[in-house]
Amino acid sequence: MAPQLYMSSSPHIHSGESTSAIMRSVIYALLPTCAVSVYYFGLDALLVLLLCVAGCLAAEALCCLLAQQPVSIGDGSAALTGILLALNLPASSPWWLALFGALIAVTIGKQVFGGLGHNLFNPALVARVVLLISFPVQMTSWTAPNPIGSGVDAIAAATPLGEMQTAVMLNGQLPPSAHSGFGDYFIGNMAGSLGEVSALAILLGAAYLFKKKVITWEIPVSYLGSVIAFGGIMWLIDSQLYPDPLFHLLTGGLLLGVFFMATDMVTTPITRNGMLIFGVGCGVITVLIRLFGGYPEGVSFAILLMNGATPLIDRYTRPKVFGRILHKT
Amino acid sequence: MDKKTFVGGVHPPDCKHYSAAKPIEVCPLPEQLIIPLSQHIGAPAKEIVTVGDQVFKGQTIANATAFVSVPIHAATSGRVMAIEPRPHPSGKLLPAIVIEVDGEDRWDPSLKGLDVAHWNSDELRQRIKAAGIVGMGGATFPTHVKLSPPDDKPIDTLIINGVECESYLTADHRMMLEHSEKIIDGINILRRVLGVKRAIIGIESNKPDAIACMTKAAAAHDIEVQALEVKYPQGAEKQLIDAVLKREVPSGGLPMDIGVVVQNVSTAAAVSDAIRLGHPLVERVITISGPAVVEAKNLLVRIGTPMEFLLQQCDGIKYELDKIIMGGPMMGQSQLSLAAPAIRGTSGLLLFGHQDLPHIEVGTCIRCGRCVTACPLHLLPATIASYAILGRFDEAEDYCAHDCMECGCCTFQCPANRPLVQNLRYAKAGILAKQRRT
Repeated sequence: MAPQLYMSSSPHIHSGESTSAIMRSVIYALLPTCAVSVYYFGLDALLVLLLCVAGCLAAEALCCLLAQQPVSIGDGSAALTGILLALNLPASSPWWLALFGALIAVTIGKQVFGGLGHNLFNPALVARVVLLISFPVQMTSWTAPNPIGSGVDAIAAATPLGEMQTAVMLNGQLPPSAHSGFGDYFIGNMAGSLGEVSALAILLGAAYLFKKKVITWEIPVSYLGSVIAFGGIMWLIDSQLYPDPLFHLLTGGLLLGVFFMATDMVTTPITRNGMLIFGVGCGVITVLIRLFGGYPEGVSFAILLMNGATPLIDRYTRPKVFGRILHKT
Repeated sequence: MDKKTFVGGVHPPDCKHYSAAKPIEVCPLPEQLIIPLSQHIGAPAKEIVTVGDQVFKGQTIANATAFVSVPIHAATSGRVMAIEPRPHPSGKLLPAIVIEVDGEDRWDPSLKGLDVAHWNSDELRQRIKAAGIVGMGGATFPTHVKLSPPDDKPIDTLIINGVECESYLTADHRMMLEHSEKIIDGINILRRVLGVKRAIIGIESNKPDAIACMTKAAAAHDIEVQALEVKYPQGAEKQLIDAVLKREVPSGGLPMDIGVVVQNVSTAAAVSDAIRLGHPLVERVITISGPAVVEAKNLLVRIGTPMEFLLQQCDGIKYELDKIIMGGPMMGQSQLSLAAPAIRGTSGLLLFGHQDLPHIEVGTCIRCGRCVTACPLHLLPATIASYAILGRFDEAEDYCAHDCMECGCCTFQCPANRPLVQNLRYAKAGILAKQRRT
């Protein structure tokens, strides 16, 4: 008898890459940052992480069941959204804030658009901004880092960016913290949300993502480059009023945003030139909000605004097709 | 040596270890040869023999019917048994001449070699057409057409394709190792036909022995050898020219538009045989490989030999077959059965079991852009595919879908395993249908 043969059109082989492997790599890359946050903020941080991840998985499962679709929590994207959301919250967040954020992220941020791959905006950032506008008090109650084993109770503190904004508003010039303490900022010894603290841990994770080829250089380089360039120009204009570009890099959520949220594939351009425009746009908006806006931090708003511009950017940045003189736009 | 390449492409595992070290073996004659009338791009040939005729090896049994067409020859001596539709590697039943092999393998006595020096390029070109020579890399475009550029398109460079970028295939590799002199002779004839001086042989750097061998053979003939980065589809004509000369073939155009002609190494060897010995294209080297075959081989096969017979020469299979591919794994055609014969464009016969090939579910596009980076033509495969699914062929055309050469890099690289190149084929068909209507 003739064998039962499988017929299909070419290609017959595959690279072996998968969506879930990409999601897993990003989760692994975030583990150092999670570990540092638990080290500095203790069980509070761990609880926020667990609540956000559990909340996102539950919301995803619920949406799938309601829509009578196969439950998609296995692809890892809901868990990743949970981790990213937690890293965007203060350690002192109450339990309901974390759960409500998770619900917003998965439902409004992702599932209403049709689930993975269809959302226009980064789900974790949508949730963060909804929470920031709805619960400004809880979302800006920062505690100073309180390493495990130090035996001290958590004390309230301002983030370096918050301190800067208050000082500029009250005294018309930068506070002393904007000129020194960069070493502490680098290892994460400062107040902020879970994922904002340690530049070192984020760079470690970013290095892993580059090595695994999950992210490419275009968005991180153009984002960081434009922050340094724009922040640097302002600093050269008036170093009493505008901080050092290094201060911009190490404080707030910039590095987390640059490597883990501005590089979210679903919500960013697919063309190389589009990615460069996206990164520059994010950098300029971030610095504008930080220096002139009402909020001390602008990374979330910058990325969300550029997410919204992504379809337009893709449309106008088509690569030149091989063998054609000019591309049509 | 510095390695040149193009922008884009993918890196499939090359899997050439199965057969790369196996010298070319002569495949014995089967009892029957099934010789399809359509083995090339262009009009099928028209048979000139009838059932019962005795034929010699190399005798013309079907004539070319157009400029873009070539004659077909008997690959051994014997009797014409039938002229009827038979299984073809394309999956269709197509007209073929079936020859009962008499085992004597007598050449047609009228075939004579030529003294190249006394023949002009028109005569050589006629001889190449009469020998039925087509591009042996797999595209099977008639060689004499490529060698006939109009007067307003001067050719300055002949590129010889020894890239063999498809995984598993080692036929061209073995040709370069074992028949380098014949290839060089073929290149010299091709240069004479085209009236060009410059010839460059492009070889992927995973074949250092072939590079060394060809460099040695080419040294006395003023022919360059260029090492190329190991990347698929380095052997695609446009990508090869881009890598070697940094010239882009215009969209919808031909290499001759930018002064280049590309020929495969095995084609060059076939040209040498056709001119020096008068032998038409009746045999070629085929790699029989894949994880499921007992002993992978490079066989010198008569055109028309059934695949089943080829497999017997390799001691059969290790386990149940799931897929049979004629050609390479990126662009080859999966086969309905082993009944179809090897034809002039058959570079490989690959055999796989169920566990050897991917079986992945299709997910949603996460806009990762890997298809964009992989596309050697710099298209936006994911965007075109989504327009194709919606039947919006105007937009697909606007995104240059018809420039796609169907190399399959996008589908290979997609983490969601989306059928991107398949959707691009659909878009191309839709655009063509739309153009026919208007």
